[in-house]
Amino acid sequence: MIRMTAVDKHFGDLHVLRDINLEVASGEVVVVLGPSGSGKSTLCRAINRLEPIDSGTIEVDGAELPAEGKALAKLRSDVGMVFQQFNLFAHKTIAENVMLGPIKVRGKSKSEAHDTAMQLLERVGIANQADKYPAQLSGGQQQRAAIARALAMAPKVMLFDEPTSALDPEMINEVLEAMVTLAKEGMTMLVVTHEMGFARGAAHRVVFMSDGEIVEDATPDTFFSNPTSDRAKDFLGKILAH
Amino acid sequence: MLDYFAPVTDNFGLFVDAFLGTLMICLYGAVGSLVLGTLIASFRVSPLPPLRAVGTAWVTVFRNCPLVIVLFFFAFGLPEIGINAPFLWFGITGLVVYTSAFVCEAVRSGINSVSAGQAEAARSIGLTFTQSLSTVVLPQALRTVVPPLGSVIIAMFKNSAIVGAFGVGGELFSTFATLVSARGLSIIPVLLGVAVGYLLITVPAGFGLDVLERRVAVSR
Ligand SMILES: Nc1ncnc2c1ncn2[C@@H]1O[C@H](COP(=O)(O)OP(=O)(O)OP(=O)(O)O)[C@@H](O)[C@H]1O
Ligand SMILES: [Mg+2]
Repeated sequence: MIRMTAVDKHFGDLHVLRDINLEVASGEVVVVLGPSGSGKSTLCRAINRLEPIDSGTIEVDGAELPAEGKALAKLRSDVGMVFQQFNLFAHKTIAENVMLGPIKVRGKSKSEAHDTAMQLLERVGIANQADKYPAQLSGGQQQRAAIARALAMAPKVMLFDEPTSALDPEMINEVLEAMVTLAKEGMTMLVVTHEMGFARGAAHRVVFMSDGEIVEDATPDTFFSNPTSDRAKDFLGKILAH
Repeated sequence: MLDYFAPVTDNFGLFVDAFLGTLMICLYGAVGSLVLGTLIASFRVSPLPPLRAVGTAWVTVFRNCPLVIVLFFFAFGLPEIGINAPFLWFGITGLVVYTSAFVCEAVRSGINSVSAGQAEAARSIGLTFTQSLSTVVLPQALRTVVPPLGSVIIAMFKNSAIVGAFGVGGELFSTFATLVSARGLSIIPVLLGVAVGYLLITVPAGFGLDVLERRVAVSR
């Protein structure tokens, strides 16, 4: 579903993605782990070209990423993205947030988009918040709304960039639950997260990044019990120490 | 006392016509420069480098040239390349083009005040650049943009006098010039009459902007 081949990217002198080769099969859930600054967000954002890359190729569902323009917008509509900071449209209600894409991009009628939006909001448990503005919701509710907004496009893949990192601890689970449900339903997912429980429980594969490189690519069991690289051992030591 | 204002009261009809003329220039000027300025602002934030270059060049030229020079170019340059129209339209066009550079910069600062995450989220659900600008970014930019835009538009209203000075008849400033120099009426009362005409446009506009500012501030 996603295929990255020999992808390189620099921010000025900083080499943030080094020869990235990564495949995510249809229905697969891949968790990306790695220390801060290792390039996880950049990897995620490169997949729907929010960050352009210097060289290499990225394919989504067999088609190479188009350049800027209508074709790129079309591709993005098939790739759902959930951000650390939710990024709900602040001037629109929750329902309007979820309806915007289906109306503007898919050409759905208002009533059809509204029905779908309400079903999705029901599914993530916040249908009763539909007419509120994002600022009136808790972080966990906002993130679930953002997941519903992405799902409304019926995407082929969902990208999550640290979806629970901006949340208070008691709200993390409600978001993770929504993600686990999605994974069980067979959604193809690439998830950057520090939630080891999710990685162990829901992921098919764990990819470990360090300094812009993919250092390990293994099943969760293998990765957590038998990391091969020193960098992964070091990382796991720090993160599992407490 | 009434005698003192005879130059105004005797020519009241002329003043009313002049007021309406200025009002018309202001309205066309406001609509034109808001539309054009917003368009140029969208060029300046466009993902396409050629559009950005056009936007930057536009602002650099028209924001940094005196309005009088811009007006001269429109008044004498356009006929030279075969475009002919009543002088009034050259004047309004020049005023619109000049003011659009300032509108553009006000709108652009508003666009920059909207967090980048909003535009990224818009693009990530598949909105095109234009859709994301018009449905997500600009509506939110409006909140911060009303006060600076208000100043730009009010300055434009006053600049309409310079269009008048170019000999466009039927507006306040040229009426003042005619009454005083050609008809020899005393300057101060005529000037006061003309000033009142401008204030009748700019002061209500200022109040309108205050109301608008409050309204966009509460709506999210
Ligand atoms: N727009 C940018 N311009 C310049 N440098 C950037 C930019 N975005 C990210 N970087 C740098 O690129 C490197 C990788 O950033 P990235 O955000 O991908 O890391 P990350 O693994 O997601 O880290 P974190 O866990 O902190 O989110 C970092 O050193 C970061 O400072
Ligand atoms: Mg990150």
